[in-house]
Amino acid sequence: MALHSAIRGKLISVIGDEDTCVGFLLGGVGEINKNRHPNFMVVDKNTAVSEIEDCFKRFLKRDDIDIILINQNYAELIRHVIDAHTSPVPAVLEIPSKDHPYDASKDSILRRARGMFNPEDLVR
Amino acid sequence: MSGKDRLPIFPSRGAQMLMKSRLAGAQKGHGLLKKKADALQMRFRMILGKIIETKTLMGDVMKEAAFSLAEAKFTSGDINQVVLQNVTKAQIKIRTKKDNVAGVTLPVFESYQDGADTYELAGLARGGQQLAKLKKNYQSAVKLLVELASLQTSFVTLDEVIKITNRRVNAIEHVIIPRIDRTLAYIISELDELEREEFYRLKKIQDKKREARAKADAKKAELLQRGIDVRDQTNILDEGDDDVLF
Repeated sequence: MALHSAIRGKLISVIGDEDTCVGFLLGGVGEINKNRHPNFMVVDKNTAVSEIEDCFKRFLKRDDIDIILINQNYAELIRHVIDAHTSPVPAVLEIPSKDHPYDASKDSILRRARGMFNPEDLVR
Repeated sequence: MSGKDRLPIFPSRGAQMLMKSRLAGAQKGHGLLKKKADALQMRFRMILGKIIETKTLMGDVMKEAAFSLAEAKFTSGDINQVVLQNVTKAQIKIRTKKDNVAGVTLPVFESYQDGADTYELAGLARGGQQLAKLKKNYQSAVKLLVELASLQTSFVTLDEVIKITNRRVNAIEHVIIPRIDRTLAYIISELDELEREEFYRLKKIQDKKREARAKADAKKAELLQRGIDVRDQTNILDEGDDDVLF
């Protein structure tokens, strides 16, 4: 039953600082599966970039995850991995973190759209 | 290269007809693909506009959510570890639906509530109101982000499809149609050439015949002058029987 519902209803995963993760977990997106793998990752200042990268890749491989939310400042650290991910599912969304405001010009998706419009003109 | 680049086909009337029908087909296909590309482009622009709008909105919503988290922390102390350790089942899940634009399937995400709230009792001691507000804020943020994710997925998919369609349109416009045109021109020129050759050949035969007749007439006239009348004589070999071959 658990497996069945896992296939039908997909999850949202979060990679972010503690506060972002706590917020979304309270919102109700968190899940720990049978193998005790959580669908979120708390990044603090001691976390290595390779760890974030591995975690992101692991989330990409999991077929029960449809959306990956990642703080933009951490997305910036593993930008090459995010840019390499071109398939539509899972969708990678960059979200602002508490202490880093959102910068539209850094977004992978919006950068792909550059040439068609100027993000600075349209945002704000 | 471009002058010689044509389909390898024997220049004949049949081939010309075939090429004409292929040209008509290519033009029709080009028109249809162009229409498809236009439809996709229209949708693409719409989605792009929506993405930008939603991204801006997301900034505000996230700000508010983060602020309510700070409020909750202020009232109920540090709840981070409690929350992080008590994760069990996801309450918000995502369903995928399919949307169709000009033959392209776009996934549309939709969030739905599934199961009970894990943190029902969080903030029971104090700060319950703030926690409730916090949950509500983050749930609305999730809803917005899911919407944004489906927009973004559509964006990526459409981007890819538009590229492919434009490539096809350009290939037909700049490679296939010119090649068929060149082949047609080649066939027409070859057919004209054949016709001219045939005409010249016929003219030449007529000339030769006329010459031979004039020579024979001259010979007869000369013989007549010498007093030998050969006008009524027939060649002994001419039996007047055309059917006999030998």
